[in-house]
Amino acid sequence: MNFRAVSSIYYFEMARFFRTITQSLISPVLSTSLYFIVFGAAIGSRIDEVEGISYGAFIVPGLIMLSVLTQSISNASFGIYFPKFIGSIYEVNAAPVSFVEIVLGYVGAAATKSLFIGMIIFGTAFFFVDLHVQHPLAMLAFLALTCISFSLFGFIIGLWSKNFEQLQLVPLLVVTPLVFLGGSFYSIEMLPEGWQTVALFNPVVYLISGFRWSFFGMADVAVGVSLAMIALFLVLCLGVIWWTYKTGFKIRS
Amino acid sequence: MAPIIKVENISKTYEGGFHALKDVNLDIEEGEILALLGPNGAGKTTLISIICGLVNLSEGRILVGGHDTVSDYRKARELIGLVPQEIALEPFQTVYNGLRFTRGLFGKRPDPEFLENVLRRLSLWDKKDAMTRELSGGMKRRVLIAKALCHSPKILFLDEPTAGVDVELRKDMWEVVSQLKKEGVTIILTTHYIEEAEAIADRVGIINKGEILLVEPTRSLMRRMGHRELRIELTEPLAEIPAALAGYDLEFGADKQTLVYAYEANGERTGITSLITDIKNAGLTLRDIETKQSSLEEIFVGLVKEQA
Ligand SMILES: Nc1ncnc2c1ncn2[C@@H]1O[C@H](COP(=O)(O)OP(=O)(O)OP(=O)(O)O)[C@@H](O)[C@H]1O
Ligand SMILES: [Mg+2]
Repeated sequence: MNFRAVSSIYYFEMARFFRTITQSLISPVLSTSLYFIVFGAAIGSRIDEVEGISYGAFIVPGLIMLSVLTQSISNASFGIYFPKFIGSIYEVNAAPVSFVEIVLGYVGAAATKSLFIGMIIFGTAFFFVDLHVQHPLAMLAFLALTCISFSLFGFIIGLWSKNFEQLQLVPLLVVTPLVFLGGSFYSIEMLPEGWQTVALFNPVVYLISGFRWSFFGMADVAVGVSLAMIALFLVLCLGVIWWTYKTGFKIRS
Repeated sequence: MAPIIKVENISKTYEGGFHALKDVNLDIEEGEILALLGPNGAGKTTLISIICGLVNLSEGRILVGGHDTVSDYRKARELIGLVPQEIALEPFQTVYNGLRFTRGLFGKRPDPEFLENVLRRLSLWDKKDAMTRELSGGMKRRVLIAKALCHSPKILFLDEPTAGVDVELRKDMWEVVSQLKKEGVTIILTTHYIEEAEAIADRVGIINKGEILLVEPTRSLMRRMGHRELRIELTEPLAEIPAALAGYDLEFGADKQTLVYAYEANGERTGITSLITDIKNAGLTLRDIETKQSSLEEIFVGLVKEQA
């Protein structure tokens, strides 16, 4: 294992993040604050409580997930797509670096960034609502697992994209709807019965449900099921990456 | 001694079905400078990219320092430094950090002193904190060279290192190359400035349409293929070549005042003495004499045309 290479990729990907730290943080923090104001304060004042939790607090886990998912995907996809696009990936290809090491470096950095952003949003939430996390360790574990698996997903998108449009398309067409329909702003039980069944096919529902459980000790689906679903998604992404590698790599011609 | 790079029967077909290399064989000796020449699209970059691991090969195998570039790629790539033809650099990274990144990729511990040396050698030390996007084209190319050198490779590939580099810098660059050769580095380069290859390369390989036409020591190639010309300028223009000189196969030069005599440089007898005597006997007066050796460029153009 060429650990120096992994840390080299990781370190310089993180450097890219910190170079633009203000942009990297302002946008998620700003949009989250807006959600708090619009949903938490304006609408939340009429909804009052969901399953015994103030609406403002109820949406916190979903909001964090929302940002973490989109950030993981955009960071990881851009992280590998950009060097491919400008051609500087040649360095990595010509170096004694294995595919696993490349994935570790790029995905590790992307996951770290979104974990960072997730924590910042978590901190921001305290300005708006009273929060008490019941299972802090489980919360961290859920967060980390999500960062890793969706960074892997983003990495796949970055590997396969042939242009910037494709890079934007998947997040726009697939991820945003899944996230909004994933119960960030409501409990699945608030949906009509037919839609509850449909929702169970949405992987994001399990993420948010499990994450919400770590905050409040209650969830739409059992925690074990949530965990199993994230694990399944993670394995699925790893499988796709492995298959990409086996069938020509996508960063070599 | 076993060659440091052994290319065995490699072929490359790109995704679209284009056959870029056809059964190429090539041995590169340790410590030599090999120049690969060939017209645009000949397959030079493809060949280099395959050896360095940027492009997957379709058939055949390559050994670098005895290591297979596919099954034992780590050991093979550790030996190689690559300066690509296209300038591809992270725009918002400083020169120095870029070098640290590359060195890290090769699994080497950081060595500020060594990196300083590399940068100074390429006159880039004062630019170490500049972002690459702030550099001129020639500087960027030198950054690429610095990156290729920062893990002390034993083999250096230079794919058109002098494209877009001014005369002064080009001289410096060849200075660096000869210095590296003295240190025992094997160098493979491509260039479209054939005089450069002629001046610096130990051997020349000519490649066209994905096939290697020949690989030969520069000197012997020049001798074998080189023609010489004797250009004789007369004081008066002629109407036609005098009958007395018919045996020499003379041609007129640009005007009818210049006679051109072609001969083999390595022939036993060049026939120059008798030609001059006969010209004098024919009553003609010489004004000037000039000899000219065909350059590698002419040899190269001739070969490539022959194949077409
Ligand atoms: N990624 C690719 N996909 C398809 N065809 C390619 C690809 N890269 C190169 N080719 C084709 O392979 C042939 C050889 O290209 P290559 O870049 O090796 O030429 P070259 O000898 O380096 O030329 P130049 O002197 O212009 O740099 C060309 O016809 C080119 O169009
Ligand atoms: Mg080329």
